[in-house]
Amino acid sequence: MIALIDYGAGNLTSVRKGFAAAGADVFTPTDPAVLHRATGIVVPGVGNFAATAALEGPWTTGIRAAVTGGTALLGICLGMQWLFDGSDEAPGVDGFGAIAGRCSRLPPDKTLKVPHVGWNSLHAPRSSRLLDGVADGTQVYFTHAYAAPVTPESVATCEHIATFAAAVECGQVFGVQFHPEKSADAGIRILRNFVAATRS
Amino acid sequence: MLSKRLIACLDVRNGCVVKGVNFEELREAGDPAWLAKRYNREGIDEVVVLDVTATIEGRRAFEATIRAVSGELFIPLTVGGGIQTEADAAAALDAGADKVGVNSAALADPSLLTRLAARYGSQAVIVAIDAKRLDGRYQVFARSGRASTGRDAVEWAVEAESRGAGEVLLTSIDRDGTRSGFDCALTAAVSTAVSIPVIASGGAGTFEHFTEVFTEGRADAALAASVFHYSEHAVADLKRHLLERGVPVRC
Repeated sequence: MIALIDYGAGNLTSVRKGFAAAGADVFTPTDPAVLHRATGIVVPGVGNFAATAALEGPWTTGIRAAVTGGTALLGICLGMQWLFDGSDEAPGVDGFGAIAGRCSRLPPDKTLKVPHVGWNSLHAPRSSRLLDGVADGTQVYFTHAYAAPVTPESVATCEHIATFAAAVECGQVFGVQFHPEKSADAGIRILRNFVAATRS
Repeated sequence: MLSKRLIACLDVRNGCVVKGVNFEELREAGDPAWLAKRYNREGIDEVVVLDVTATIEGRRAFEATIRAVSGELFIPLTVGGGIQTEADAAAALDAGADKVGVNSAALADPSLLTRLAARYGSQAVIVAIDAKRLDGRYQVFARSGRASTGRDAVEWAVEAESRGAGEVLLTSIDRDGTRSGFDCALTAAVSTAVSIPVIASGGAGTFEHFTEVFTEGRADAALAASVFHYSEHAVADLKRHLLERGVPVRC
């Protein structure tokens, strides 16, 4: 069973539906103490980084313990930004810190808009477990104004005004800036790849 | 490069897809869940479902429609029409919508946009603006185009962005249902005034109309109904047409 963390940052209906299409059972734990029973953990989220303050304390401790024990973790959108040290959007709130670096706002531009909303191409030059079977140049659905820096953990990047991390992978920790549950067939493939990683 | 989005609109009344001509003379064009499934397969980028009756009795039936449509889609789904309160928005999002479009209620109380953005994030909040050209400027109309507000469309879009809206769904009342082309001047005026994406709506008739609204109209997305409803090849053919003219689209 995959634990989908509901910390009040947006609506989880679509993520649940996406995992159902990927063939996985999902539950929404109300107590971090049960996280050790999960085969995988998903941290979704939309909106302001400040919302992740709700994860500080017992949830972060529970997730860290599970990941240390080999449980796979997937952060989606805001949930991926949370995998980093923090974000300029809410400087007082600590991220999970699995990946070094801070998220920052996409810079203003004369012609391109912020937030970055819509379908954009993934640049995925090297193979990864998360993007297995997803061709370089595949388009996926983004909606965000802040973005994570490109680091050695980036397995895909995307460009909109700046180049940013679109997908990250580091051991059993995975993250996607886009919304796989809204990215048609390619997105469901990525969710399936994560589900496969929960069994490894 | 970020693609220009093609959005199929399903106007739903009593569980059936209808398409209005100048917001009147509705006629049937299909079952919403069936159409949504077809569009998903054909490669549409997004779907909007509008409750064009928006009566209190119809709300519950409409939620069933949202559930049926969202069950067929793994692309963004927006729901609009009759979203008056936070509870209405919550019901639509719980039923499977990713975004809600708010029109008259936001004009009556712009703080609704702020409250929805605080709860669900700006990406879930679309301000729907119906505009009509009057005396050389674009005036905003409420209540499905029936009530003049005296407000300027560009000013209202700018305010709505500052209040928390994440996108603008901009409909030209003059062009809606005419198939005579999008109002590119209106779309460009709003799109250059805000930093959030603008979805152009009203007037799509030919593929060239889409090229125009994505270039001179500076639209980030374009919405249409009948153009997509009556042909199974429309989405793929339109995308090919746009690519040949240098407009980036998802394929």
